[in-house]
Amino acid sequence: MTTESAAPARGREYLDRVVIRFAGDSGDGMQLTGDRFTEVSAAFGNDLATMPDYPAEIRAPAGTVAGVSAFQVHISDHDISTPGDSPNVLVAMNPAALKACVRDLMPGAAIIVNVDAFETRNLDKAGYAVNPLEDGSLDAFTVYEVPMTSMTLEAAKETGAKPRDAERSKNFFALGVVSWMYSRPIEPVLDWINERFAKKEVVRDANLAAFKAGFNFGETAELFQHAFEIAPAVLPKGRYRNITGNVALSYGMLAASRQSGLDLFLGSYPITPASDILHELSKHKSFGVRTMQAEDEISGVGAALGAAFAGQLALTTTSGPGIDLKSETIGLAVSLELPLVIVDIQRGGPSTGLPTKTEQADLLHVMFGRHGEAPVPIVAAKSPGHCFDAALEAVRIALKYRTPVFLLSDGYLANAAEPWRIPDVADLPDLRVEFATERNHGEEFWPYLRDPETLARPWAVPGTPGLMHRIGGIEKEDGTGNISYDPENHEKMVRLRAAKVAGIAKDIPLLDVDKVDGSRLLVLGWGGTWGVIHAGVYRARARNRRVDFAHLIHLNPFPANLGEILAGYDKVLVPELNLGQLSKLLRMDFDVDVVGLNKIKGIHFRAAEIEACIMELTD
Amino acid sequence: MTETNGHATTTTTNGAGNGNGHGEPVALKRKDFQSDQEVRWCPGCGDYSVLAAVQFLLPELGVSLENTVFVSGIGCSSRFPYYMETYGMHSIHGRAPAIATGIAVSRPDLDVWVVTGDGDGLSIGGNHLIHALRRNVNFTILLFNNQIYGLTKGQYSPGAAFVEIYQNCNVFNDGAFEAVTARDNRADMMIDVKHGQPIRFGKDGEKGVVATGLGELEIVDVASVGEDQLLVHDEARPDPTLAFALSRLADSPTQPTPMGVFRAVERPVYGDALNSQIAAAQESEGRGDLEALLGSGSTWEV
Repeated sequence: MTTESAAPARGREYLDRVVIRFAGDSGDGMQLTGDRFTEVSAAFGNDLATMPDYPAEIRAPAGTVAGVSAFQVHISDHDISTPGDSPNVLVAMNPAALKACVRDLMPGAAIIVNVDAFETRNLDKAGYAVNPLEDGSLDAFTVYEVPMTSMTLEAAKETGAKPRDAERSKNFFALGVVSWMYSRPIEPVLDWINERFAKKEVVRDANLAAFKAGFNFGETAELFQHAFEIAPAVLPKGRYRNITGNVALSYGMLAASRQSGLDLFLGSYPITPASDILHELSKHKSFGVRTMQAEDEISGVGAALGAAFAGQLALTTTSGPGIDLKSETIGLAVSLELPLVIVDIQRGGPSTGLPTKTEQADLLHVMFGRHGEAPVPIVAAKSPGHCFDAALEAVRIALKYRTPVFLLSDGYLANAAEPWRIPDVADLPDLRVEFATERNHGEEFWPYLRDPETLARPWAVPGTPGLMHRIGGIEKEDGTGNISYDPENHEKMVRLRAAKVAGIAKDIPLLDVDKVDGSRLLVLGWGGTWGVIHAGVYRARARNRRVDFAHLIHLNPFPANLGEILAGYDKVLVPELNLGQLSKLLRMDFDVDVVGLNKIKGIHFRAAEIEACIMELTD
Repeated sequence: MTETNGHATTTTTNGAGNGNGHGEPVALKRKDFQSDQEVRWCPGCGDYSVLAAVQFLLPELGVSLENTVFVSGIGCSSRFPYYMETYGMHSIHGRAPAIATGIAVSRPDLDVWVVTGDGDGLSIGGNHLIHALRRNVNFTILLFNNQIYGLTKGQYSPGAAFVEIYQNCNVFNDGAFEAVTARDNRADMMIDVKHGQPIRFGKDGEKGVVATGLGELEIVDVASVGEDQLLVHDEARPDPTLAFALSRLADSPTQPTPMGVFRAVERPVYGDALNSQIAAAQESEGRGDLEALLGSGSTWEV
């Protein structure tokens, strides 16, 4: 995993990448610790990718494995695309954290434990009969036993913090230790603590003391042989910031609102892992965005559809269970032919499933999950930053074709962060739409008189004089939109709606293949697995395997050249976090030998798994 | 230009459906609100009267065709929007209040109406109805209840108005409720409640309603209790117990049944509050600056 460069100097090792996982109890502040480390590393110029992993229960029993909250960050001096497979360093704040994470470590990894927490009660709660620090079970690893709690208490003594409060600063002690190990500058963390806790002097001082104590401990303790250094990454020129998928998606929708000239309306009901989009968008009222926390999922999409009828940029956000409930309204949107973006942040299913874990198992659901012939275009984001572009693309299709569009993301993309090159606003696509203002059929207005090119119908919004019209879920007569039960008309309308969606294939980019000479194997991915597949392919190439790589952003319709591309290979490997949903669609549409690599564990692929599969297929 | 409920509503001008070619505001008539669609309710259905009443009422309210939206769910009554020469949406079962909320909140300039029935509004769509009323969304809900036949009275107000309309179903439930509606029975069976007046009914006003110590309502002979003991109706009473008690006075439409405006109170309107937050944000921060937002937080140059 870790590649060491040739010249360690002054006791420092130069690494090109390292994966660190902070793990502790839900209340231990691990997400915050990880966030701080990420920010500092980004500011330092490292490329990075992160993966928070927290329990579904807000407060699972303290000290248990179910209550473990973890944050993994992968930092590197070169372009990376995944949060890393196996941590090089695990920071375990209690026995439960060790138990939950130790299986993910490779021999040789470093474990920094808060040894104060390894007492009988905590060992019992974590299900350890014997203290793992003493039974030799960790012999394959380098274990650093650090009394974080007691050293934090000691350090915070002078601040006047009560011991119970001071103990809560131990995450900053851990952050200090790791900051020293990886040569992070300390000023940004000090500044942040000063600002964040400006009004709570005692807490501020305790956190500052704990952080400095941890950093100094790293420097002075004999536990550490040497520190590590990771040089800044070489990324394309530009201005960067860190961004998570849900924030990027929210910004993408705000950008789409600006570029279309339409006010954004979000109707939503809280659900993990989509709620953060509602939270984020509700912060930006100055952009004219209306957010409505509805009484349920159905009302969320209903209000959005109403807003679409009224001429707004309509959005609803949810996860799989919410899509179940919204299905009937999405069918109505198909029939009404109004623009509506439906965001599905996929999580483990079925039913409540794994609310805080990732999965890609909603593809067939959004593709087919409505009664009747009800085609809906699908766009899927491939990385946290790409959620921004995917949102703009979903809006483009919705507005231009007057159709509901699914935008797929997942629990991993939603919460993971990566450096994001801030786009130039001047380069964003023009999404302006023209509302109908004139009667289009003599003295009458026909709401279903289509544009011959796109097959989109006119969008006449209430308030427009002379264009009053009624639309509904009952089958409509082609052109007039009046109720029609005529058999010929129904078949015509079904075919028109299908042709409209299929025709979008002419208006999306051709699939681009990352090629090498003489490859007979294509790895084809979709959605949030892009980074890890990319890494797996490049590792296999580094081992002299000829393998090509392509990634689908548009799942319905597919890019026009997909069939032609697939026909050019002996085998197509499709890695998916489901039982083979894209594989099924490909076999349906094309004569192709698809090999599925499927994982349904609520966690991401490891690049090594992709690599191993490619090695096998190219043997 | 008429000013209604704080929102500007224009009367129809040329091009708005009955073009007279002069761009002058014209007074609309009942027929202007009739669409070209054939009305397909069963002959004799009570829905015809409701439709006619609404088409009579709207010109009186001074609303325009293009700024009026009718939204319905599923059921006989929900065909209503097709027959109105306004904007309209015939949606799905029970969901009209949700869809209409999106319209009313995002377009405060529109006059939004929800048409629903007892199954659509109270059964499958019960939750949306409750929350539309709780939020006080700026639309008027017409609920056609075909349990009982009655009269309609459209109410126009900023904020949710909920009008239950008794509607006869002459195919499946015809005449079952003549106990209340028959000409000979009306005086004794319909209790007309009017704000600020004692609740009294009967051919000679010989019956009335009193409140017991526990707040329950009771029908009494006026002569036996004295006129001054009668309950004076107060539709603006802040607590809803009187309105609720009136609604429960008749267990079934075979007993004397109160009709009229039970409750009319001022409450903040959902869309107004939401839109004023946006206006306040834009006032203090200026219109959102996308470039600044994208580049917010810690950034670095490569």
